[in-house]
Amino acid sequence: MTKNLRVKSSKYIDETNRISFKFNGKTYRGFKGDTLASALLANDVHLVGRSFKYHRPRGIMTSGSEEPNAIVQINPGTNRTEPNVRATEVEIYEGLEASSQNCWPSVEFDIGGINNFLSPFFPAGFYYKTFMWPASFWEKYEFFIRHSAGLGKSPTSSDPDIYDHQNVHCDVLVVGAGMAGILAAKNASKNNFKTLLVDEKNELGGSTIFENNEFNKIDNKSPSEWLKKEIEELKGIKNLEIKTRTSVAAYHQYNYLLARENLTDHLEAKYKTNKIRQRLLKIRAKKVILATGALERPLIFNNNDRPGIMLSSAIKKYSEFYGVACGSKNVFFTNNDSAYESALSLYDKGINVEAVIDIREQSESKIVKKVKEAGIKIYWSHSIVDTAGYKRLNSVSIMKLSNDGTSVTGSKISISCDCLGVAGGWTPAVHLYTQSGNKLKFDEEKKIFLPKQNTFDQISVGSCGGDFKIDEIINNLNQMLKDTLNINKTNLDNIKVEIDQENSKRNIWLLPSDKPLGKTKPFVDYQNDATAKDIKLALREGFRSIEHVKRYTTTGMGTDQGKLGNMHALGIIADTAGVKMGELGTTTFRPPYTPLTFGTIVGRNVGKFFDIFRRTPMNDWHVENKAEFENVGQWKRAWYYPINGETMHQAVQRESKAARESVGILDASTLGKIDIQGSDASEFLNRVYTNAWSKLAIGKCRYGLMLNEDGMVYDDGVTTRLGENHYIMTTTTGGAANVLGKLEDYLQTEWPELDVYLTSVTDHYATVSLCGPNSKKIIKKIIPDLDLSDENFPHMSFKKANIGNIHCRIMRISFTGEHSYEINVQASYGKDLWEKCMDAGKEFNITPYGTETMHLLRAEKGFIIVGQDTDGTMTPIDLQMNWIVSKKKYDFIGKRSLYRSDTMREDRKQLVGLLTDDPNIVLEEGAQIVSELDQSPIEMLGHVTSSYFSPNLNKSIALAVVRGGKDMMGKKLFVPMENKNINVTVANPVFYDEKNERLNA
Amino acid sequence: MFLINCPYCGERDQQEFKAGGEAHIERPKQPTELSDDEWAEYLFMRKNIKGVQFERWNHAHGCRKWFNMVRDTSNDEIKAIYKMGEKPPSQ
Repeated sequence: MTKNLRVKSSKYIDETNRISFKFNGKTYRGFKGDTLASALLANDVHLVGRSFKYHRPRGIMTSGSEEPNAIVQINPGTNRTEPNVRATEVEIYEGLEASSQNCWPSVEFDIGGINNFLSPFFPAGFYYKTFMWPASFWEKYEFFIRHSAGLGKSPTSSDPDIYDHQNVHCDVLVVGAGMAGILAAKNASKNNFKTLLVDEKNELGGSTIFENNEFNKIDNKSPSEWLKKEIEELKGIKNLEIKTRTSVAAYHQYNYLLARENLTDHLEAKYKTNKIRQRLLKIRAKKVILATGALERPLIFNNNDRPGIMLSSAIKKYSEFYGVACGSKNVFFTNNDSAYESALSLYDKGINVEAVIDIREQSESKIVKKVKEAGIKIYWSHSIVDTAGYKRLNSVSIMKLSNDGTSVTGSKISISCDCLGVAGGWTPAVHLYTQSGNKLKFDEEKKIFLPKQNTFDQISVGSCGGDFKIDEIINNLNQMLKDTLNINKTNLDNIKVEIDQENSKRNIWLLPSDKPLGKTKPFVDYQNDATAKDIKLALREGFRSIEHVKRYTTTGMGTDQGKLGNMHALGIIADTAGVKMGELGTTTFRPPYTPLTFGTIVGRNVGKFFDIFRRTPMNDWHVENKAEFENVGQWKRAWYYPINGETMHQAVQRESKAARESVGILDASTLGKIDIQGSDASEFLNRVYTNAWSKLAIGKCRYGLMLNEDGMVYDDGVTTRLGENHYIMTTTTGGAANVLGKLEDYLQTEWPELDVYLTSVTDHYATVSLCGPNSKKIIKKIIPDLDLSDENFPHMSFKKANIGNIHCRIMRISFTGEHSYEINVQASYGKDLWEKCMDAGKEFNITPYGTETMHLLRAEKGFIIVGQDTDGTMTPIDLQMNWIVSKKKYDFIGKRSLYRSDTMREDRKQLVGLLTDDPNIVLEEGAQIVSELDQSPIEMLGHVTSSYFSPNLNKSIALAVVRGGKDMMGKKLFVPMENKNINVTVANPVFYDEKNERLNA
Repeated sequence: MFLINCPYCGERDQQEFKAGGEAHIERPKQPTELSDDEWAEYLFMRKNIKGVQFERWNHAHGCRKWFNMVRDTSNDEIKAIYKMGEKPPSQ
């Protein structure tokens, strides 16, 4: 029978709605409204996890998103499982299962716990220092390190949930719905600003709604009562949208914020189906009001991490909000007045509070007096020097603190307890503020980092701006709202506030023990097990930059990003190194504030929408005819068409022979097509291509090579003159978008005087390429009235025609060296045209071929593929394509660069053909080429760019780039491979039909 | 993520735009007259300032127009946006 620590009914907990859930396989009960943490605490379960490095037992430390210890695996073993979830943020529902992480076989008995006893051997940097040598052993070390590390398990099957993205625009975004946020949202929306108020919790009101200090009053009411009325009044304000369970993850420049809205995580499984689980809000706000509050700091003392040691404010929240006592014998340890409120909260409910240990000499506030009057023992100027209890705290030892706070004196007193509330003051949650690019300043008196400035479109209000007292919050908020929203009055103008006396505070970053530091374990980062000792060691070893200390000790590098302990780490570094904290600065707070699921990040871009592909109008035919596909740019292109179980090699050999012996058909629709019009179109082409265009007759086609301004080949393709001022340019499949962009750039910026208009028509036309000696017969069959004679329709010319009622453009151009035609029709007729050609070609055994055969056929002819035989370092001269570079033209893009001393070097890499001495050996593309084998180091002359077995020549052929290759014709070279050296001979890159006789065959 | 005021379309999210490097580098009208050094100066040399920088931007997923931007690279403040061919604002 577990203990029931429910002490008070709470309006936030529905005690009529019982919920059963499982933790580590055991069934527990809680109520609707509980978090996993509050429900476990109500069942007296503190031990929920093990620490990362030493596997020390750890309990629930906080009540919110800053939780470092209580991170659990939700619904383990299901497809909805999620690791590293903070138990303090999980709302329980019927059927919820959760389990501890980082422990084996169980959280109660964890083998890894041995690390705790070996901890003297695991100092900061242990892994860096130990697993360095010998270097070749790293792979072996890594195996064990990876298996002993790791937080939680990722799901093994696909996520059944739906995720969504939404763009949100608002005048005012208020982040955080505590008192300051609610008042800001109310005043903004009532002044006609379209306002969005978000909070990570499911309830509005922040910490004020469970505030219990009776000496604080707003308009003669308790602040919680007063705020509840304000919250009531938010309902029905038009212009105001409120989103709870919504955590702002990132704050980018120009007030662009990303927030995750949680929609179904708190619901039973049966209500999750077919619903959006989480939504990523992409918020663009004209003004942002940060009201993110403050996080309570722990105190850093020996063994400050045992289950049962919690933040004092968390104990108050569990007591006031969830009606749960975290212990039956409670002690508080503090440096300010906050802990007294928590002590009173328990005392008022009849829960035993043994003592308050205060490192200050005294405090005169009313709340402290009230604790004294209640008969609770207060130990002034005392500090905890040690704690005991392995899986649950059972006592603390205290000693008198010296005046300077660096040592302890007198006798040790032991106090028996099962729960310790720690209060080290408050740290403004400035994470989002700094993400926005703004700087922090250090307040020496309050010992906090604060926003350096508010800007015209961003303010920090409430405790995240450094105001902790209600009167300060309200007064400063009032003024800031008026300034930033440019309004004259607010509902805060006539509010009467009474507050308890000044809070005094004594700040000691690292509290002393009676033992030397080396013998103690004062944890600074709970999740990563970084102690004060580790930080001091890093400083001794010479680390000075705060960013280096962070990485060396891993302080602040857990999933909680050190929300609790980072300030202490900075304080200890500053004290040890003797520098001011303001000069030291902070580490960078990076997004996300709390972890995001991958689902939220990708939204609906999953499955076939993850990376969208473009498909040609003939795609269905290729699929039906069992084509294998290859990705080219964003396109899916037919690669080859295997029949009767052919391998790729077999299919490509068959297709290649067919295309030269009878007729092949290729889907060329993916080639980029740019329609160029205007009275200066010819002049424009003259400037962008290396060759001359002015004299190209209407109805003729010309191959063009386009360079970058640096002289390197950028793209190529055939352009056809359709009319006096009308051309159609084709580009490579992958280069289409970039070529269009480049042409537009020159037209808009360098040559705005040219009358030229560019339109991308790639998707508007489908292109069928017919290749081979029988291609002409197929055209004759489908367009009987077209005169196909060489006189009327020669190579490199264009005709308009009709296939039935369908208009088409036919170019007689060839990328294979065969007699070929490219037929362009409106895209929607593409598949019809393809099928018509297939029918007409049946008698010639027409063979569809894919990109691989196309590559092979053009390699037989020595035609380059930009991006395969070139790599951005090849000029047309390097490609031995001098014939295409006009000497007459005064200028074209890249011309001047062809005369730079570097581009004119004779020993540049040049494109050549390579033949293997053994015609059956096919070289590997990318293989290196050398001239001497017994050199050391061996000099690389170049590499193979294209290589195939040519079925038409019945031998292996290759293209390669070789240093000085153009003068090496017939020279013997070597291609050294892993097991053998292949003998090759430099050859003419045109392997087939050198005289181009087949074009007119 | 910047909010960029395209001079033709108005304020749009940065993901609609493409950055195009330093602005006001004019392509020489007579490249053949230039020495290797002068051509290299045009071709390769670009400033990388921490501070106010003049840049070219393109509304690639919008009107596809190029325009100029003055941006402080130290805090990404966009100080001015103006059309191609217009004079840059004085600093």
